[in-house]
Amino acid sequence: MSTRVSLFVTCLVDQFFPRIGLAMADVLERVGYQCEFRQDQTCCGQPAFNSGFTSEAREVARHFLRTFEDADYIIVPSGSCSAMIRHHFADLFEKDPAAQKAASELGRRVYEFTEFLTLVAQVEDVGARYEEVVTFHDSCHGLRELGIKSEPRRLLENVRGLELREMERVEECCGFGGIFSVKLSELSSDMLDGKIQSIVATGARTVAGLDASCLMHIEGGLRRRGLPIRTLHLAEVLART
Amino acid sequence: MPERENILSNVRSALGRRGGQPVPEPPPVRIVVPEWSREERVRRFSQNFNGDTFVAPSQDEARRFVAGKLDGRDTVSSKESFLGELGLTDFPNVRLAPDDAGELRELCIEAGVGLTGATYAIADPGALVVLAGREEERLISLVPPRHIAVIPADRILTSLDELFTILPDPARESSSMVLIGGPSRTGDIEMTLTLGVHGPREVCVVIV
Amino acid sequence: MSTIFEQEIHVALSDLKLQKTITAATDRFSEKRRDVVAPDVLPEYQELRGHANRLKQHTLDHLDYYLETVEERIQSRGGHVVWCADAEAAVNAVVAISHEHGAKLAVKSKSMVSEEIHLNEALEANGIEPVETDLGEYIQQLARERPYHIVAPALHKTRGDVADLFVEKLGVERNEEPEELTQIARCVLREKFLHADMGISGANFVVAESGAVVLVENEGNIRMTTSAPRVHVAVAGIEKLIPRAADLAVFLKLLGRSGSGQPITSYTSFLSGPRREGEINGPEEFYLLLVDNGRTRILADDEKRQTLYCIRCGACANVCPVYRRIGGHTYPGTYSGPIGAILTPQFAGLGHEPALPFASSLCGACGEVCPVKIDIPRMLLALRRDIKKGETRENRWLPEKLAFQGWRWVIRHPWVFERAGFFAKAFLPSQDGDSWIRTGPVPLAPWTDTRDFPPPADRSFRQLWRSRRPKQ
Repeated sequence: MSTRVSLFVTCLVDQFFPRIGLAMADVLERVGYQCEFRQDQTCCGQPAFNSGFTSEAREVARHFLRTFEDADYIIVPSGSCSAMIRHHFADLFEKDPAAQKAASELGRRVYEFTEFLTLVAQVEDVGARYEEVVTFHDSCHGLRELGIKSEPRRLLENVRGLELREMERVEECCGFGGIFSVKLSELSSDMLDGKIQSIVATGARTVAGLDASCLMHIEGGLRRRGLPIRTLHLAEVLART
Repeated sequence: MPERENILSNVRSALGRRGGQPVPEPPPVRIVVPEWSREERVRRFSQNFNGDTFVAPSQDEARRFVAGKLDGRDTVSSKESFLGELGLTDFPNVRLAPDDAGELRELCIEAGVGLTGATYAIADPGALVVLAGREEERLISLVPPRHIAVIPADRILTSLDELFTILPDPARESSSMVLIGGPSRTGDIEMTLTLGVHGPREVCVVIV
Repeated sequence: MSTIFEQEIHVALSDLKLQKTITAATDRFSEKRRDVVAPDVLPEYQELRGHANRLKQHTLDHLDYYLETVEERIQSRGGHVVWCADAEAAVNAVVAISHEHGAKLAVKSKSMVSEEIHLNEALEANGIEPVETDLGEYIQQLARERPYHIVAPALHKTRGDVADLFVEKLGVERNEEPEELTQIARCVLREKFLHADMGISGANFVVAESGAVVLVENEGNIRMTTSAPRVHVAVAGIEKLIPRAADLAVFLKLLGRSGSGQPITSYTSFLSGPRREGEINGPEEFYLLLVDNGRTRILADDEKRQTLYCIRCGACANVCPVYRRIGGHTYPGTYSGPIGAILTPQFAGLGHEPALPFASSLCGACGEVCPVKIDIPRMLLALRRDIKKGETRENRWLPEKLAFQGWRWVIRHPWVFERAGFFAKAFLPSQDGDSWIRTGPVPLAPWTDTRDFPPPADRSFRQLWRSRRPKQ
């Protein structure tokens, strides 16, 4: 079995939250994998796809397929990007059977970070320590499209010193939704309000999650309210020792 | 009839089908009938039915219970033979459903209790199955504020699945089959439950 | 770009009383639903959903056959079938039937399709008095408003609202107790039932091989509507068909549970035409109106045909974080919630309210609870795509199209992407230390109105990676 994995860090992590990508690499190395980063990578195309610009998204998807053509494992610190690649690339290439075949074949090698750790690496204890009260937010695409629910919690349970508290309405959307956060910003903000109320009620000082996009949205709201609660990607929690 | 032809023609071109084109078999009917003893069925019905239930150990007990429930009130009764067998239609203030539609309606409106049988009952989910016909008229179990149904225990089926196995096309039997799951209810005002909206506020099933 | 829809959203979000009421109601419905479809309560739930989806798929894929079948069965039992191409035809049919039978008073039970065709207004205009008999619908009718929710039409009204309404319209003494209010309505409506010439219902399902309509309720008003008057008219969209009575063993297990958390409702009626020989109660005449009104157009769209699988349970609205905040009346058109967001654009045209399919974060909660497995998020994405294609053709919103084309170029050229961060930083106000941006440039302004925005990283991941040494 190959111990070499390819990182698809996502455009957001690359440009805004590189520490998430670094943390993910740290953890993967700690459990015995060598990480490569293909410089050609950029984006999975989701922003265009969700906005209805499918031909633009299709070209971006093609670029992704070319970049990762022969990678054995592609690890992604995002439920929504993983779902985009695994479920929606096929839709984009409906009229191009060859590309569709390549996309579905590649999709089988794409793993969201916690999926990879629990299913392939088969570890739930990565030797992490983080002494804090933490609550976990279930990002919508990871939860509903990929069925990820227990994996992150099992990993968090093994972090030394960490107390995990579940929030009410944990499965309710944080309101990000990509372009939705700007186009329908009042609605998006109202949804964020609800999520922040749930978070505050737990007494947690850290919100962990699988998607930098959700965390960015949540933290944007927490900071605006002057609350002393911060967000951390699950990779960042697991990287701490 | 042009409207009919137009619509069918639109449907066909939407589906890429020709008139008279054969249709493949639909997905097989999904029927899973649990294997429950009579006792099990009675128990589950009593548990699941949303109204009141009384399991009468004997015909005498059933008669006594129904008398109590009727409480001397004006009662209209269907012609279900089982009711007559139990002597329930002999009670004072119980009038058998007349054959005249106007009279029947008046009786239902005036009555405090509607007394019926049921063609079947279903243990899970708990429901009575009432087919309209010579033995049961629609308004008797609907108009009076209290509905009492008396059935022999072996009419209780396990499930909807079993019902549709025995009765794959209810339309062949009657113009109306009603599954009664409990009293009339609504939560339309502030999600507050109130009973007896348009139908009976009380339903009681006596199992013999 | 602020359309009427967006303004209405703003109004709804500012109405705190509304927020509280809808939240309480939808929470209640969705909790009850969760309880009764849980794996230990209904282990076959997912299997049933799969069956229901396949049954609907088969029926709609061969709809012409099933429509002909149901017509033949109904006619064989002395009933009538009327084919209505659009709202006008349907309304004319009901009026014609009323006139033929000298009907002046019609009692009605809840029917979304009758809302769609604006039946009540047309009846009134033709000298026929329609009376809604479902308590929630009756309340809405008195208030001259349309229904707020598929299952709970007066969900947004408090007991005080209803009390005031009854005082004003019925001249009764003011009483806020729901029990009392219900009894008042029962009395008034009972009179109507017993004097009505005609009963008009919808249909939850139309069983092709039986020639029957299936109606599901808790109040008893549907039974009254379809049993007391001498004429029964059932109005149904053509998509309501299912093949066999036995298929109800699947659908009935899903409808009550999904909509209101009930394993079975108080009454389920299976009605197959006028009363038979030997039956005393029941209508003398039975009409089934089969209504198209745009459904064949949706049928023709292979990808979006599944929109027609809907059994109108309301489960999607109950879990939708958007519906919960804006309520039923903010949605344009007859249908609200997630199903409304995909049905209305297909009925009314993409240009009718182009913002509607975008008023969603695509969270997927709706698709997860749909008993017939309509992939609502996928339908929303398809509609977004269709809208953008149309707008591009018309050269509208060119800036957005150009922006995404520019974006695409950047994304496909990694060396440009690498430098994108540089340029972004040039446009954004610089931040010190840990701070995030509080006032963003124009495109970001809606975000920074209420939320901070992160600054781009000083060094991107790819830059940092180059100087990183692996940790073993």
